[in-house]
Amino acid sequence: MSAPTLTQDPAAKERRPRRPRAGAVRPPAGGLGKALRRNVTAHGFLIGAVLCFAFFSWYPIVREFLLAFQKTEDGQVSWTGWDNFVTIWNDPAFGQAWRNTLWFTALALVLGFAVPFVTALVINEFRHGQGYLRLLVYLPVMLPPTASVLLFKYLYDPGYGMFNEVLDVFGVPAQQWLQDPDTAMLSVVVASTWMNMGGATLIYLAALQSVPGELYEAAELDGAGLLRKVWHVTIPQTRLILALMLLMQIIATMQVFIEPFLLTGGAGPEGSTTTVVHLIYQYAFNFNNYGAAAALGLILLVTLAVFSAVYARLNHATEE
Amino acid sequence: MSTRTLISPAALARPRGRLLYWLCFALVVVLFTLAFLGPLYWMVSGGLKTTQEAVQTPPTWVPGSVHPENYQRAWEVMDLARLLLNTLYYAFGALAFQLVLDVAAAYSLSRLRPVLGKAILGMMLVTLMIPATVLVVPQYLTVLDMPIVERNLLNSPWAIWLPSVTNAFNIFLLKRFFDSIPKELLDAASMDGAGPLRVLWSVVLPISRPILGVVSIFAVVGVWKDFLWPMLVLPDPTGQTLAVGIYSLATSVPENVLIAALTIASLPTLLLFLVFQRNIMSGLTAGGLKG
Repeated sequence: MSAPTLTQDPAAKERRPRRPRAGAVRPPAGGLGKALRRNVTAHGFLIGAVLCFAFFSWYPIVREFLLAFQKTEDGQVSWTGWDNFVTIWNDPAFGQAWRNTLWFTALALVLGFAVPFVTALVINEFRHGQGYLRLLVYLPVMLPPTASVLLFKYLYDPGYGMFNEVLDVFGVPAQQWLQDPDTAMLSVVVASTWMNMGGATLIYLAALQSVPGELYEAAELDGAGLLRKVWHVTIPQTRLILALMLLMQIIATMQVFIEPFLLTGGAGPEGSTTTVVHLIYQYAFNFNNYGAAAALGLILLVTLAVFSAVYARLNHATEE
Repeated sequence: MSTRTLISPAALARPRGRLLYWLCFALVVVLFTLAFLGPLYWMVSGGLKTTQEAVQTPPTWVPGSVHPENYQRAWEVMDLARLLLNTLYYAFGALAFQLVLDVAAAYSLSRLRPVLGKAILGMMLVTLMIPATVLVVPQYLTVLDMPIVERNLLNSPWAIWLPSVTNAFNIFLLKRFFDSIPKELLDAASMDGAGPLRVLWSVVLPISRPILGVVSIFAVVGVWKDFLWPMLVLPDPTGQTLAVGIYSLATSVPENVLIAALTIASLPTLLLFLVFQRNIMSGLTAGGLKG
C-alpha cells in the first residue's frame, strides 16, 4: 500500500484561490511572504520533535565519536587519540566478549531465526485454531523482560526449577543450566527466543499468506515432497522478508544485554556470557571509563553499520 | 481462510490425511500451550505456594496449599502500588509527548513540507541505523548535564518522556499514513478557511485513528518493557519503574513473593494485549513488512 502521490508540488497549492481569513494578519505581497509564513508554520510543527532528536539522538551520535577519542579525569576532558582503543584491545575481556557475542548470535540464528519460521509454517497449515496459536506465540512479547527473565531464572534453577523436572520425565539427568559454562549461553538463548519469537512469527505468517498456492500445485505435479516444497517454493517466495528478518535478528542479537545481565549477572560462569554490550555497560557504569565504553561502542557501531546498510538497501528494494 | 498452503487439500481430504491432520493439530496445540502458557502457569502458581514449597526439590506442579496472601505481601513489601503508579505516569507521559510531537512532526513533513524537510526526515531515519545500545552512554551523559539548558535530568520523568519522542519509526509510519490521505479532502478544509492546526485536528486526526491506536499501544508497551534506560536514569528507588524496581528488590524477598510480584508486573501489558490483540498484530505486521 504505497501512498498515492497526487500533485504535492507546493507551488500548485499556491495557485489555488483562497478565501482570505477575516482578521488574519497577511504579509504585504504574495510570493515570498507567503512562502515564509508557510515555512514558519511548518517548522513550528516540527520544532518539538527536532529538539528532542537534537538532544537525545543527533548530539549523542556526535558525542559517541568524540568520547571515543577523549579521556575524562576529574572533570577535565583531554584528547587521547587512539588510547581508548588500545586499552580495550589489551583487555582480555574484549576478545571473550566478542567471542561470546558471536556465539550468542550464531545460536540465536539457529534458534531465534529458524524456530519462528518453522512455527509460522506449521501454524499456517492449520485450518483451525490459528488465532489461538498466534495469541500464544505473541504472549511472551508483552511481558516486561524483567519478569520473563527472572521467571526463567527460576525455571532454570538446578534444584527447584521446572526444566530439570521435565528432563527427569524423559530420564535425562539434571543440568546445571546457568551455572555451567558449557550450557550457560545456550540457556540464555533459549530464554531470549521464548521471549522474542512472537513478533518474527507473526511477520512470517503474514508473508506466507502471500505465497501463491498454484506454485505448490505445480511443485506437486513435479512430485515434490513436503521439504522440497518448502525449499523450492516457500523459501524463494518469502526470501526478501527472510533476508530482512535475518539482518534484523543479527543487529538485535549482537546488542543483547538484558537476558545475560539478569540471568547470569552479565558475566556468567567463567565469563561465559559476557557480551559486548555488557562490557560497554561495565566500562561506563562500573569503572566510569566513558572513553573506553565509547570506543567499544564505536567498534560495535561500525560492525553493525555493515548489516544496517544491507538492511536499508534490501528494505528499499522491497518498497519499489 | 481458503488459501492453498503447503499440504494439498486432496491429501487432507483422504481419511488418512484427515487423521494425520488432527493428530498433528492436537500435538501442536498441546505443545504450544505447554511451551507458552506453561511458564505463565508456573509463575501464577509459584506465587501461591509457601516459601518452603517454592524452593523445594523436586518442585510441585500444583501448589500443596494455596496462599493468595503472597500477592498481598508482594504488593506491600515491594511497594508495588508506587512502582505501578510510577510506570503508568512515565508510560502515559511518553504517550502524550509522542502523540503531540511525533504527530505534529509527521504532519508537517507530510503536508506542510517545510524547507529542508526532506533532510530533517533523512536525519531522523538515520538514527534507526545506529544501534540503540551504542547511544546509551552518550545519551546518559547528555541527561546528566543537558547542553544549553544546563539541567540534570537524572531521576526526572523528562529523562523518560523526551527521549521517547525520538522514535523515527513512529514518525515514518505516521507520515506514510498522512501521505495517503487524499489531498482534495485537506484542500476542501483549507478552502473553508481552516488553518493547518485546524486541518490536523478536525480532518487528519479523525481519519488516522487506526494508526494512532497502534502508535499509542506501542508507546505504552515500550515504556513498560524498557529496562536498561530507566535503570540508568532513575536511580532513586522511589521513582523507579516496575521492571527496574522488581529487579532491584529481587534478592531481598522470598522466592514466592518475588514470583507473585512478577505476575502482578506482567498483568497490565498482558491485559492490554488481550483487549487490543487485533490492533497490535495488524500494527506489527504492517510495521514489520514496511519497516
